[in-house]
Amino acid sequence: MTVLMRATGLSRDYRLPRERLFAPRPLRRALRSVDLEVVENETLAIIGESGSGKSTLARLLLALDRPTAGTVEFRGRPVVAGSSRSLHWLRRETGIVFQDPYASLDPRMSVGRIVAEPLQALRIDGDHRARVAEVLGQVGLDAAAGDRYPHEFSGGQRQRIALARAIVHRPALLIGDEPLSALDVTVRAQILELLRTLRAELELTIVLVSHDIGLVHHAADRIVVMKDGEIVEHGPGDAVLDSPQHPYTKALLASVPTLGRKRL
Amino acid sequence: MTLQVEDLSIGFGDRTVVDGVSFEVADGQRVGIIGESGSGKSLTALAVLGLLPEDARLSGSIRFNDRELIGLADWRMANVRGRQIGIVFQEPRTALNPIRTIGRQLVEPLLIHRLIERRQAKATAIELAAAVRLPDPERIVRLYPHQVSGGQRQRVGIAIALACGPGLLIADEPTTALDVTIQAEIIALFDRLIRERGSSLVFITHDLAVLSQVSSDVIVMASGRIVERGTVRGLLDAPQHPVTAGLVQASVATSWEGRP
Repeated sequence: MTVLMRATGLSRDYRLPRERLFAPRPLRRALRSVDLEVVENETLAIIGESGSGKSTLARLLLALDRPTAGTVEFRGRPVVAGSSRSLHWLRRETGIVFQDPYASLDPRMSVGRIVAEPLQALRIDGDHRARVAEVLGQVGLDAAAGDRYPHEFSGGQRQRIALARAIVHRPALLIGDEPLSALDVTVRAQILELLRTLRAELELTIVLVSHDIGLVHHAADRIVVMKDGEIVEHGPGDAVLDSPQHPYTKALLASVPTLGRKRL
Repeated sequence: MTLQVEDLSIGFGDRTVVDGVSFEVADGQRVGIIGESGSGKSLTALAVLGLLPEDARLSGSIRFNDRELIGLADWRMANVRGRQIGIVFQEPRTALNPIRTIGRQLVEPLLIHRLIERRQAKATAIELAAAVRLPDPERIVRLYPHQVSGGQRQRVGIAIALACGPGLLIADEPTTALDVTIQAEIIALFDRLIRERGSSLVFITHDLAVLSQVSSDVIVMASGRIVERGTVRGLLDAPQHPVTAGLVQASVATSWEGRP
């Protein structure tokens, strides 16, 4: 069991806009001293509701934001937000998929260019065209898709394109920030299946940030539950879902609408 | 019979987007309409409210309490909308007016339909806020939508929709934008208010699990047509149409069955 990523005492405070003219700007503690380990080849889900700090945590793991306190390490090497040059090594090891595939793809770039962009930005050697065609195939699109533009694709196909871009440079870690939330139910099932296939084929470590218990239940090995910037519970997926310990986790799970089918 | 939709078709240019849809909602009945994006479920709802864009082609019949709504003059339709048929939209952030206080928006339908006097407005707003269990009603009516949470905004949306005591409430994905604990609270609120007032409900969603909490009767739409109707239980156990089977399969594959 190798630890791929480790966060220690991670905190992030935000100054909110002034509410009155001479009042000090209020402080929002988005993350309060969080410790987290991501183990190689696991799928770890970070669940919680709006404002729980889960997206802030994901941003700090990828050095997209600077912590107020605490440290992040990737394979033992410190992750420090800074210039793109100093983070080059981290970008090669990581990929991210965002929630809304309508917002995350540049409408003026062809799909081929979008997917090849990480290869160019990270100056990865090799035949980029061949690699793009290969990765489009892995996410279930045909190579001809590379010549088309995002608006020609449905939401589910766009999320496949976003996934192709996230894995084109063969990262070790894939982070998904609500990757299924904007999709229709049948498309969600397809993308979930794709995530599982990719994980097995590419031996990816995956961190899923989500409020979707259904997705987490079907995808995660381990679950971390967040509330008000703190981790309130963590453990193996089945254990957390079947016998939650913290009152907040219990309340969260009790609110999830189910189909009312008996478990097999 | 509250609502009778017969052979409703909606088109834009040479495209037909809703094609020969017929269904009925009886007094006090709750009907769910389920389908994916583009299935025509929201357009059907907008047609009932007379809110389709000007360039839409509309044919068929929509009868509400035995009155034909298609072709009704705008000012007559305005008398039906809000007063006899209420609507709750998906995104309470965009459905509410950002520069008017919550209190003013709560009583707006009552003032427009002249059901209360202006001097009663403040007291009525506080009553409405209390009815949907908004915290500290006297304070919240003075706030603006951005100053309250998403769940509270949706409570405001529901209070507005129910302010005039409509016989029919249409809810278009009312909980999709909300966190799951808030979603559970809002569904419970819907359930209570509709039962208390005896209104009929048309609940539009793409989520079978959410629908099963609200209504047992369900219509499945795909590509502008009704492909199947029945009960949620029946659809889950034995879907007839391939589209329904796909929806059920996908729902099972992405949902959680609850604690054992």
